[in-house]
Amino acid sequence: MSKKESENGSAESAGECTAGDTKDDKGLGLGVIFFIVAFVICFLSGTLLFPKLLYSKKEQPFNFNHALHVGEAGSCDSCHSLREDGSFSGIPTLDKCMECHTEEPLGETKDEAVFAEMYVAKEKEVPWYVYSKQPDCVFFSHAAHTQVKPGGAGMDCVTCHGPIGETTASRPYEENRITGYSRDIWGKNIWGIKKHSWDRMKMDDCAACHKTETGHQGYCFQCHK
Amino acid sequence: MNKENIKAHKFGMVIDLDKCTGCGSCMVSCMSENNVPFKEDESNKKDSITWMRVYKLTNGKSFPDTEIVYLPRPCQHCGGKGDHGHSPCVSVCPATATDYGYDTGIVSQIYTRCFGCRYCMGACPYHARYFNWWDPKWPEGMEKYLSPNVSPRMRGVVEKCSFCYHRYQAARDKAYYDGREDIEENEYQTACTTACPAGAIVFGDLNNPAHRVHEIVKPDPHPASNNPNVVGKSRNPNVFRLLERLGTNPKVYYLSEREWVRKAGDNYLEGEWDKIKNHHGSESHG
Repeated sequence: MSKKESENGSAESAGECTAGDTKDDKGLGLGVIFFIVAFVICFLSGTLLFPKLLYSKKEQPFNFNHALHVGEAGSCDSCHSLREDGSFSGIPTLDKCMECHTEEPLGETKDEAVFAEMYVAKEKEVPWYVYSKQPDCVFFSHAAHTQVKPGGAGMDCVTCHGPIGETTASRPYEENRITGYSRDIWGKNIWGIKKHSWDRMKMDDCAACHKTETGHQGYCFQCHK
Repeated sequence: MNKENIKAHKFGMVIDLDKCTGCGSCMVSCMSENNVPFKEDESNKKDSITWMRVYKLTNGKSFPDTEIVYLPRPCQHCGGKGDHGHSPCVSVCPATATDYGYDTGIVSQIYTRCFGCRYCMGACPYHARYFNWWDPKWPEGMEKYLSPNVSPRMRGVVEKCSFCYHRYQAARDKAYYDGREDIEENEYQTACTTACPAGAIVFGDLNNPAHRVHEIVKPDPHPASNNPNVVGKSRNPNVFRLLERLGTNPKVYYLSEREWVRKAGDNYLEGEWDKIKNHHGSESHG
């Protein structure tokens, strides 16, 4: 660096370099390469590594074959029903299972053996992980959505829960390590892109559907408690 | 158009101060119903949280003319000037953590959205809002007795009475299950209403003439002739609201046959009370 340049101050000399001084083209090229490499590293770690770090995987207590049960029991509400006060029973308790199951196994799967051995014999509830569990501050009324018109919206379970009734195996439950919420809230896609109505269960998704269906996204207390 | 907006409720209550004995059942039931945390020293009123608070008023006279009245004060669920939903607290919240439900007339408070600036507390003329200076501490095992229908709050957020909104949700769930479009009067009652042994609190829909609260209050749907900001003034000469002239339009009304009690609902200049004490909602509007 010449004496004259240093007199002019560093800001000006920096400007000269990027302006196309042939001597410094090499440095510019290195900078671009460095930028691209850093971008690729950050991009890949953000998309591939970050979700793995963010979510911890937990296996369900034992595998549950939804397709098999739907075939035997009928529809979703054979097991996941509304109570008479309008509240939703959620995942069935042992009592509900034992309406069909007996001390003797109904089938020959090893999952049922686990169920009989670990839970029925010990009269212990199965500690299922709930994929669609919402945060504590959220109020959700199944009755309002599934009951037929004029009161309810008459929606199908699939619209929000997806074709879970056709699955033969339980996927691992993924828990956000920071918030403790299920991954199903944000959705599988780390960018938040959704292709199906059941891909994501964030507040914006609820509000968007409410806006189109009822003409208003709803007041805070409609879904918060 | 939203179906709920067509048949908008306007939930409110009227508290009979002549019946209230000041027993505090409303305060206790409110705290246990809504998971309100209690403090080591509940007498420290800068720290304690009371969604429903019973105040003691006196006529200031000496024996034998002394009279005492107890005034329970929940959130007033103000409709704001002209009853358009611009409640004092809603207007100032920079986080939209509190909004006015036009379908119910209930002012919400969303704890997860609140960041604790406490503007709303400054704006509220009724001291109905409380700040959580500390995380709630439950005696060991007691957290298992909390209501799952109300989310507990953390330090750094504001909370207040919600008119037991979760009870409204439960009533609606039942109505959905039964295939009814609307709920009955007795299906949605706040915890304080059901706990009051004197039956001093009456809760219901101020828009529904069949409800008891409407029968007692007889709210005037038109703006008051002497103050266009005041809407819903009672046509019952014994019913008043707190600081009614502000135009906050609370949905909590008070009832007393005693004049000094009604006068205690606001501050008056000398001689001012005599001029306005007989001004009630117009009888002419059906």
